[in-house]
Amino acid sequence: MMDIKEIVKPENLVYGKSELLIDTIMHYCPGCTHGVVHKLMAELIDEMGLQEKSVGVAPVGCAVFAYNYIDIDWQEAAHGRAPAIATGISRLNPEKFVFTYQGDGDLASIGAGEIIHACNRGENILVVFINNGIYGMTGGQMAPTTLEDMVTSTTPCGRDVDLNGYPLKMTELVAQLPGTSYVTRQSAQTAPAVRKCKRALKKGIRNVLDRKGTSFVEVVSTCNSGWKMSPAKANKWMEENMFPYYPLGDLKDGEKGNPVSNN
Amino acid sequence: MTEEMIIAGFGGQGVLSMGKIIAYSGIMEDKEVTWFPSYGPEMRGGTANVTVIVSDKRISSPVLHEYDTAIILNQQSLDKFEKAVKPGGTLLYDPNGIVNPPTRTDIRIFKVEGTRESVEMGNPKVFNMIILGGFLKVKPILKLDNVEKGLEKSLPERYHKLIPLNLEAIKRGQEIVETVKEV
Amino acid sequence: MGELRLMKGNEVLAEAVIRCGCDGYFGYPITPQSEIMEKLMERQPWTETGMVVLQAESEVAAINMVYGAAGTGKKVMTSSSSPGVSLMAEGISYIAGAELPCLIVNVQRGGPGLGTIQPSQADYFQSVKGGGHGDYKMLVLAPSSVQEMNDFVDLAFELAFKYRNPAMILTDGAIGQMMEKVELSDYKKRWTEEEVVEKNGSWATTGKPASRQRNVITSLELDSDKMEQNNLRFQAKYRRMEAEEQRYEAIQCDDAEYIFVAYGTSARVCQKAMEIARDKGLKVGLLRPITLFPFPKNIVKELAPKVKGFLSVEMNAGQMVEDIKQAVYETQIYRKVEFFGRMGGIIPSPGEVVDALEQKLIGEEK
Ligand SMILES: Cc1ncc(C[n+]2csc(CCOP(=O)(O)OP(=O)(O)O)c2C)c(N)n1
Repeated sequence: MMDIKEIVKPENLVYGKSELLIDTIMHYCPGCTHGVVHKLMAELIDEMGLQEKSVGVAPVGCAVFAYNYIDIDWQEAAHGRAPAIATGISRLNPEKFVFTYQGDGDLASIGAGEIIHACNRGENILVVFINNGIYGMTGGQMAPTTLEDMVTSTTPCGRDVDLNGYPLKMTELVAQLPGTSYVTRQSAQTAPAVRKCKRALKKGIRNVLDRKGTSFVEVVSTCNSGWKMSPAKANKWMEENMFPYYPLGDLKDGEKGNPVSNN
Repeated sequence: MTEEMIIAGFGGQGVLSMGKIIAYSGIMEDKEVTWFPSYGPEMRGGTANVTVIVSDKRISSPVLHEYDTAIILNQQSLDKFEKAVKPGGTLLYDPNGIVNPPTRTDIRIFKVEGTRESVEMGNPKVFNMIILGGFLKVKPILKLDNVEKGLEKSLPERYHKLIPLNLEAIKRGQEIVETVKEV
Repeated sequence: MGELRLMKGNEVLAEAVIRCGCDGYFGYPITPQSEIMEKLMERQPWTETGMVVLQAESEVAAINMVYGAAGTGKKVMTSSSSPGVSLMAEGISYIAGAELPCLIVNVQRGGPGLGTIQPSQADYFQSVKGGGHGDYKMLVLAPSSVQEMNDFVDLAFELAFKYRNPAMILTDGAIGQMMEKVELSDYKKRWTEEEVVEKNGSWATTGKPASRQRNVITSLELDSDKMEQNNLRFQAKYRRMEAEEQRYEAIQCDDAEYIFVAYGTSARVCQKAMEIARDKGLKVGLLRPITLFPFPKNIVKELAPKVKGFLSVEMNAGQMVEDIKQAVYETQIYRKVEFFGRMGGIIPSPGEVVDALEQKLIGEEK
């Protein structure tokens, strides 16, 4: 039997945590998508050598403590205002890689105005949009993205579209805006999905560096605590219920100035 | 009579609901009650505690810095609240997961093997009721009839069929509570 | 007596809202008050009393929904916690300027900014001095028990309509999250459309019949002379509130040499502190303001000559203490007015309050 010490050697390393992912206990629930997407952002910023260039804007939502996990400079936003704050940062510091990282309550509800206008102005930023169909942080209330009939603490009998309107497809909306250059919808529940998601985020970052306007990456996500499911069951539920309404794939990949999506 | 107590442990151990049953049982005895929980983002596996006061008089502060009784269900809570028991007061704990047991010599200390017993009873969910039984044995501030009524009030109707099981767990707790130290 | 229940402050408030015949609630989730909307959604009052409950897309939207609905003469409300109430400040100013009755509930948490979700009283100034722009006041009620979360809903609406002015229930995370014994109010019927016209048809947008002039809800007046007249009318109304609505509870103040002044959660802490101090032989009383605007300044003025000093105990850096000082100043006699508080979501302990009393008020004398 080999001793563990003999195995753990740099030359045997097949996988390592990015240096930019801070070594601390995350407050996310086990199984939460936020952790995976944090890891991808940390890896990309690391691999692309952007630590010094990056400024992240943390939202109000479960990702409010994103600044504790990725070792770059961050600014915390008021609820929904991240795109406006990112605008301020990016306009005065055009050489920086600026991104917002927002949940669906933050981006699609209280911050619907800010995101539309940032995308419409074609702000040179990346928007990472975690759509878990619920307000995670505050205990599972309805979000604009909550599916029809889905039970939340403010829709205890399921979302009734006559009372609460319809699940909002933000990604389709922003794809219509000429300010956006790259708009895509991804997920992160399997290894291939994670790899694809990483490629999408990487393209978004590249676009910012190439000053191509706004890139918008939605990640269809789970909130197993809010959905009151085990992580595995939540993934399955997402595939069966979220994906049909929020289909994955690129909605737009081109140049700023293009008013409609290219597919 | 005024009983000022803290119940502390992990979320999911039934800390808040045990407090609620005590409070409701107090109302059944015509007492004044307050139930003041710790609150925060809904996260799996976080800590939880609740201050419960049962009294004959109008209750002043719902928040306290010392307690007549501390019911302790994990090590973190023991570290935090052992020192907050009034001299001569009562500390009751479940030894499961406790590495550093209580050391104070000026308080009464009891233990209830609630975790073990709930497994033996085949239902981990009655854990908090076993602990409650232990508490009621060493501090009989509430009559069992009223606890039964309190259970009826605090459990939603669909769980009423579980009341006999809960009462059985309370009785079990009364039987198995052990004295670690009397003052 | 009605049935006694054990309920959370937030849930009681929701229940009281339904029972008082409220017509509409608009809100947005925020800790530590989300249970208000959650309870309303669970109770589905639209099936029972016809009350409307809507989750708005933001607090900005929620308060403007309230503005619109209140303009039609109906009983409407919103609830939030500190950061959300800051967002509502614009709307509240418009509501005050258009003289509309409504209820706003603030279950305070610690700030500034996102701060903490734990209880605080740091929004006292924001609530009683204005908060939004322009010279306006809200009627502000401060419950200090779960029972008062029930009782003050009806009272707040009554005062709001009496003065055609926004009323606020200013409470905090502790009272919102705490459970106590409560006796809920009996059901009152919602006003019928005819009753709304009868009561509020003189100003509300109930639809213009040929028999009256059109009703316009606005805070705009470009003619400065007329705007000043409006301001004078508002101010006269606020003075009338000050003359008629000061409410408080005075506990063991008769023989007291020292008075704690505290409202809401800190009043509960002070009551315990008072018991501890009395056990030590210190003659201490508690003055608990129930209305924060109008501040119960008459009782402070009445007590001032009889006592040695006041200690304002608050969960902030010292806000209400200024109103106590002002009241004492108006008596033209010198009395010590001191402050003790904790911030950041920390509730002072009764022991700390007694220590503060001894150090800040009594110690000086020795
Ligand atoms: C002005 C304001 N209103 C409300 C809140 C309370 N709040 C905190 S997080 C949150 C929802 C976040 O949900 P989402 O954006 O979907 O992110 P998730 O937590 O699901 O990741 C809300 C409403 C706040 N902090 N500020």
